[in-house]
Amino acid sequence: MNDNALNQLHVEPTIHHEMKGDEGSLVTMKGFSLWYGASQALFDVEMELEKGLVTALIGPSGCGKSTLLRSYNRMNDLIDGLRVEGSIIFDGQEIFHPDVDVIGLRKRMGMVFQKPNPFPMSIAENVAYPLKVDGVRDRKLIADTVERALKSSALWDEVKDRLNQSALGLSGGQQQRLCIARAIAADPDVLLMDEPCSALDPVATAKIEELIDELSGRYTIVIVTHNMQQAARVSHNTAFMYLGRLVEYGETSAMFTVPRADRTKEYVTGRFG
Amino acid sequence: MEDNGKLPPPMRRSGHAPLSARGEPYVWLLGGALAAGVVMIVSFLALVTYNGVKAFWPRPVYTITMMDDSVTAGELVRSETFMPVASQGKPPAGPSIRSLYRLGNYDLTNEDFRWVSDMDIKTIAAPEDILLVERLEWGPFIGKLVSVDNGDSRLAPDPLTHDKLAHLVTQAQQRRHKIRKLQKVQVGYVNRQLEEARLSLRKVALDHGKDSQEYLAAAKETSITTDRLEGEYAKLAEEANRLDLLDAAQTITFASVSGMEKTIRQSEVVRLYKPNALGFFGKVGVYISRWWEFLVAEPREANTEGGVMPAIFGTFVMTVMMALLVAPFGVVAALYLREYARQSWLVSLVRVSVNNMAGVPSIVYGIFGLGFFAYGMGGWIDQWLYAERLPSPTFGSGGVLWASLTLALLTAPVVIVATEEALSAVPQSAREGSLACGASKWQTIRYIVLPRALPGIMTGLILAMARGAGEVAPLMLVGVVKLAPELPVDMIFPYIHLERSFMCLGFHIYDVGFQSRNAEAGKPMVFMTTLLLMSVVAALNAGAIIVRNRLKKRYVAGHF
Repeated sequence: MNDNALNQLHVEPTIHHEMKGDEGSLVTMKGFSLWYGASQALFDVEMELEKGLVTALIGPSGCGKSTLLRSYNRMNDLIDGLRVEGSIIFDGQEIFHPDVDVIGLRKRMGMVFQKPNPFPMSIAENVAYPLKVDGVRDRKLIADTVERALKSSALWDEVKDRLNQSALGLSGGQQQRLCIARAIAADPDVLLMDEPCSALDPVATAKIEELIDELSGRYTIVIVTHNMQQAARVSHNTAFMYLGRLVEYGETSAMFTVPRADRTKEYVTGRFG
Repeated sequence: MEDNGKLPPPMRRSGHAPLSARGEPYVWLLGGALAAGVVMIVSFLALVTYNGVKAFWPRPVYTITMMDDSVTAGELVRSETFMPVASQGKPPAGPSIRSLYRLGNYDLTNEDFRWVSDMDIKTIAAPEDILLVERLEWGPFIGKLVSVDNGDSRLAPDPLTHDKLAHLVTQAQQRRHKIRKLQKVQVGYVNRQLEEARLSLRKVALDHGKDSQEYLAAAKETSITTDRLEGEYAKLAEEANRLDLLDAAQTITFASVSGMEKTIRQSEVVRLYKPNALGFFGKVGVYISRWWEFLVAEPREANTEGGVMPAIFGTFVMTVMMALLVAPFGVVAALYLREYARQSWLVSLVRVSVNNMAGVPSIVYGIFGLGFFAYGMGGWIDQWLYAERLPSPTFGSGGVLWASLTLALLTAPVVIVATEEALSAVPQSAREGSLACGASKWQTIRYIVLPRALPGIMTGLILAMARGAGEVAPLMLVGVVKLAPELPVDMIFPYIHLERSFMCLGFHIYDVGFQSRNAEAGKPMVFMTTLLLMSVVAALNAGAIIVRNRLKKRYVAGHF
């Protein structure tokens, strides 16, 4: 509460830099606030996710970046006592509207988690899972989708001979790419990645980053990361969050070279966080 | 350290610390408690296994001439030392040995077992030609063969080799089975049809009244059927009678060592052998044949002899039905509690109550089952569907269905708790991964959560089955009987008779051990049945472990 009170006093509006893209925004957040029970986790966030670009969310632990990410596909709904204000408009639709089909929304917003979480099934079944929940039975369509998704996630060549083996036998990096393939298989518009490389070694991390680069353009990607080099490498736009507020948001190069807010400056130069 | 005077004294030695701070005594206490527990369990298992395994092994038979020149013969059961009491003014001469002999010949002497102290024995011998005859009635006979009467020819024992005798006995047993089949299956079938005809007439009377047209028509029809069936019955009875007379003519005569003769039908002999003449393989043969009888035959002699097949079968049917009832119920209840219900104080209260249900004495479940299931639901079913059979109850008394339901209720907490634990052990990341793919909550449970929780659920279920299989107290109230005339599953429509009372292993142990005429004679049976029940429970538990490990393997693999 003290922190909150302090924040109320020092509210400064979000600093918006110029944005990179020219295709317009896919997701628009207006005055979005979020509470877990009595404690407020997000304060009045105003930001736009640009279509086909990679947006990085950075900030110290507990700043609300994962909460923000999970608001896009309403994964926060699983938590009791959740309350939101403001709006998130995705493709012209308010996603927190009570009539919104949450399942349909999640199909359009693929998600990749911090720790690889393949299902205890075969590799092919993992990738085909979104089709399975849709009730697709056409074997040809399933096989094609699996191949396309695995190729898109640069895993096809490594696993094409053992599609029917358990996905749990893959290495950590492969598992994470499998999870990306699974997210792609649902043919989403947006890929949400919650620190996808935090559990991986540098080589696997490099592969994932390469993959993000390849996937950008086709998908609008939001990536939460603790690693500022990673944010600088893979993203077009970067948002810096602190204590539940969006402090500064704009083109990545500008954010890292000419940050305007003191907090941002200190964080990107590694003086705190 | 202590005796080295040159070193400065240590800062603070553990020896000066208070006992409670040092901890070693507690380690010893804990380890000792564990060891004591293990020793108790292992020695219990060893006792039951030893007594059960050796129970059927043929024992030597001794002929004993006592000090007063009376002769007796018996199977040596066990020996022990004892302190004789002073008699006729003479002080006891120190500890002595006495032995328990199974004398058999209960019908002749009214004495089954006798303690014989070494002091009273003049001579003791183990003659080769002494016979031990296991009979359908009166327990074993120990003595010698006098003659065999085949109705037309009387054979002296001399030309009778053991093989010939065995052949005669086998033939006689086949005759016995034939008569029994005739009486039980064919006559039983006619009897049942007669009963059904009577009941259907009664039903018409109940539905339409005794003065109605329908009743008169039905009565006419029934009397025709009844006449036909009674004709059949008479024919069958005559046939059975004829076979019985033939069988009665074929007898065998034995004499005890004291010279008393006994003539029985050849078909009454279950098994006969010369215990002192048997080699190792002969003994193994008798041992195996007794085991076989134990496992596949029906009990005789008030359950103290023969087999326990009906009890094994009853236990099996009851346990399987219980599992079929409790599995969906327990799993669905746990799914709702863990996955759907909002975790509030009410849910906590329900959870605590479910846990407490496991602590309710099982006899209370038995009383509930009798009152609610048998008398309540069963009585209602009887009035609704079997009105013509009243006042004799069909479902309105104990039966395998009510016993299974009572046990399902009794074991539901085990399944619910195990399922809840298995569900909560499924990592949140797996659920999130599925939900993020656009799966609904139900699809996530169906495809991700349940398969992953399955090993835990199976473990709980099989533990519940093991618990149910070993239960006795509540079953005594809701359907288990000492001797069930019919199995709950047979070849007669509708094949599964849920209303029938049945036998089960746990109750069999109690009945043979504590409710029979001769506790000593029933002892081997008690150990054998206990061993069997323990093996069933151990097999179920082993099955649980195997299933769990096999399923677990699918979900465990090295990350990174």
